[in-house]
Amino acid sequence: MNSLLERIIRLRWWILIFLAIIAFTIFAGDFRQDPTTAILAATLRHSTPLVLGALCGMLCERSGVINIGIEGQMLMSAFVGFTVTAATSSLYLGVAAGLACGMLMGAALGGLTVSLQGDQIIAGTVLNIFALGLTSFLYTPGETIHSKTPRINVGPLADIPVIGKIFFANQPITYLSLLLVAVIWYALFKTTWGLRTRAIGEHPSAAETVGVSVAKMRYLNLIIGGGIAGLAGAYLSLEAVGSFERGMTNGKGFVALAVMIFGRWNPVGAWGAALLFGYTNAIQTQFQFRGWLTGHPQFIGMIPFIVTIVVLAGFVGRARPPAAIGQPYTRE
Amino acid sequence: MKILRSALVPIIAVVLALLAGALLIQLSGSSPREAYSALFEGSFVGWERFGTTLEKATPLIMGGLAVAFAFKGGLFNIGGQGQLLFGALIAGAAGYGFTGLPWIIHMPLALLLGAAAGAAWGAIPGVLKATRGAHEVITTIMLNFVAANMAEWLCTKVWREPGDILVRTPIIEGSAEIPTFGNIPLGFLIAVAFAFGMWYLLQKTTFGFEVRSVGLNPSAASYAGISTKRIVILTMAISGFLAGIGGSIETLGVLGRYEPGFNAGLGFDGITIALLARTNPIAVIPSAVLIASMDASASLMQFKAGVAPEITDVIEALILLFVATPIIVRWFFKSRQGEEISFGANWGSS
Repeated sequence: MNSLLERIIRLRWWILIFLAIIAFTIFAGDFRQDPTTAILAATLRHSTPLVLGALCGMLCERSGVINIGIEGQMLMSAFVGFTVTAATSSLYLGVAAGLACGMLMGAALGGLTVSLQGDQIIAGTVLNIFALGLTSFLYTPGETIHSKTPRINVGPLADIPVIGKIFFANQPITYLSLLLVAVIWYALFKTTWGLRTRAIGEHPSAAETVGVSVAKMRYLNLIIGGGIAGLAGAYLSLEAVGSFERGMTNGKGFVALAVMIFGRWNPVGAWGAALLFGYTNAIQTQFQFRGWLTGHPQFIGMIPFIVTIVVLAGFVGRARPPAAIGQPYTRE
Repeated sequence: MKILRSALVPIIAVVLALLAGALLIQLSGSSPREAYSALFEGSFVGWERFGTTLEKATPLIMGGLAVAFAFKGGLFNIGGQGQLLFGALIAGAAGYGFTGLPWIIHMPLALLLGAAAGAAWGAIPGVLKATRGAHEVITTIMLNFVAANMAEWLCTKVWREPGDILVRTPIIEGSAEIPTFGNIPLGFLIAVAFAFGMWYLLQKTTFGFEVRSVGLNPSAASYAGISTKRIVILTMAISGFLAGIGGSIETLGVLGRYEPGFNAGLGFDGITIALLARTNPIAVIPSAVLIASMDASASLMQFKAGVAPEITDVIEALILLFVATPIIVRWFFKSRQGEEISFGANWGSS
């Protein structure tokens, strides 16, 4: 009982911030249930690509590889997923293609950083620029798909007021992202694979001494992570927008990195952080709806980016990244 | 001989990228030979086209110098885009806002105000890095988006010409224009001067030595009594200053006003150019001219060979890929280079 109280006291600022956000949401929603629910549901939707991107970054960084190419991985997968759906008119093939494309991009990052031992930051930038160039070159405007991924109601749960609309009436990739948060948390902290992943991110030579192959584990993490970033890309083109646009990721891959750092390289923490960022997006729509600041839409557009900077500046010093991050590993 | 040796890797990277690009053009059903000869013709054949290439190379040189300078200090400035944009915007505002000044005062004033705006915008990530440990790769990218929004707001609410339906600043005064001599734009010469100036600053001054020391090994540098925080902030500010000059020249010498969207991709091109030049300020000049030549003739290539102009973006990305791939470097220089900077070393903490 005492420990519960202590926990509450320790988390007092977060609880206050949470309550303040809820209060503000109800105020912004004009004290009516429908708009308030809509803001919160939009928060979850907007957080999906961010939490997926953050999970990708987390798997890579926990194993000791910085991935700033998430943006490019997402963009390329958004394009491939959209193109496959446009060609086959199957949404699920499109999502699968996006996933596969992300995995390939992850393997490419592995090739540059693990096998060739290139600088990880430069390798990630190469992925970003390459994806932007190639998707712009290959994209033919005017291609369309007939529908977005459908909304699935989870039986009677979807009828619960407020909660049901927020959590149980979503599209498939959003559900998948929630599932992945739980799965990756479990995998990272409760399985041998997770222990090994964390070990090679903290002290690769020690891990290698006890028989863990650093190169193999890093490749594995980069490929799985890339697949998750691929899902984020498929979310953008097939679930959120329903088409592809040049440079449609619009910085989300980088915001995802801030989400990961804010969430302290922990899947559950990252989910909380992604919700905060998703909220800054969701509230924009409501601002426009209520006619607040409509004369200055640019300031509303800046909110997510400024929040990212503030979060980075405020929290990065206190969060500790994996120790071996950023250094190529060579066997001695 | 030494120059030839260090130029080997970039040249091979360019050749490999052009070959891969040729393959892509072939696959998309056009003739690579026609496409490439159109690329060459459109950028170098005839004085007028050559002048256009130099004009396009100018902001690329400045963007490349900005990235290269930050590289020397161990920082990765992806924010060239935003710094360039602020330079262009403020130069545009100063270009039409001050009236009645003689050219000899007005033009340099507008140029320097734009550069100062770029420097201020570049200093923000420097300060955040030095004092709060926020990694510059993320903060500079985020500031690019903030800059685009800010510029749009300033153009619609503060500096718009009454009645203009487009989001842009009014046309600058004639006294702020950077002229073109024959086909050679003065802006290009200014950029070349800055390249040599940067080389001098880095190689011949104490400050340059401090910047390079911090870039190679921050802890050794601070042990030697160099204030790393000061150097980080100054490096980012100077990097932003160089990008800001690029934006100013674009406004004062080419467009005659600030228009959003002029800088699409310029920040990323700066990275390609800086790496292609292996962060050598003098080598930035030919690298920028090469990239500019592709941009300048992409439309002619589309007209003559029917290839989508975005292929040049792909070729540029391929050049970056090959030039940044260490294995190519190692094939030709048996051992690792002595001067290598790792950008990941201070990720997430300071």
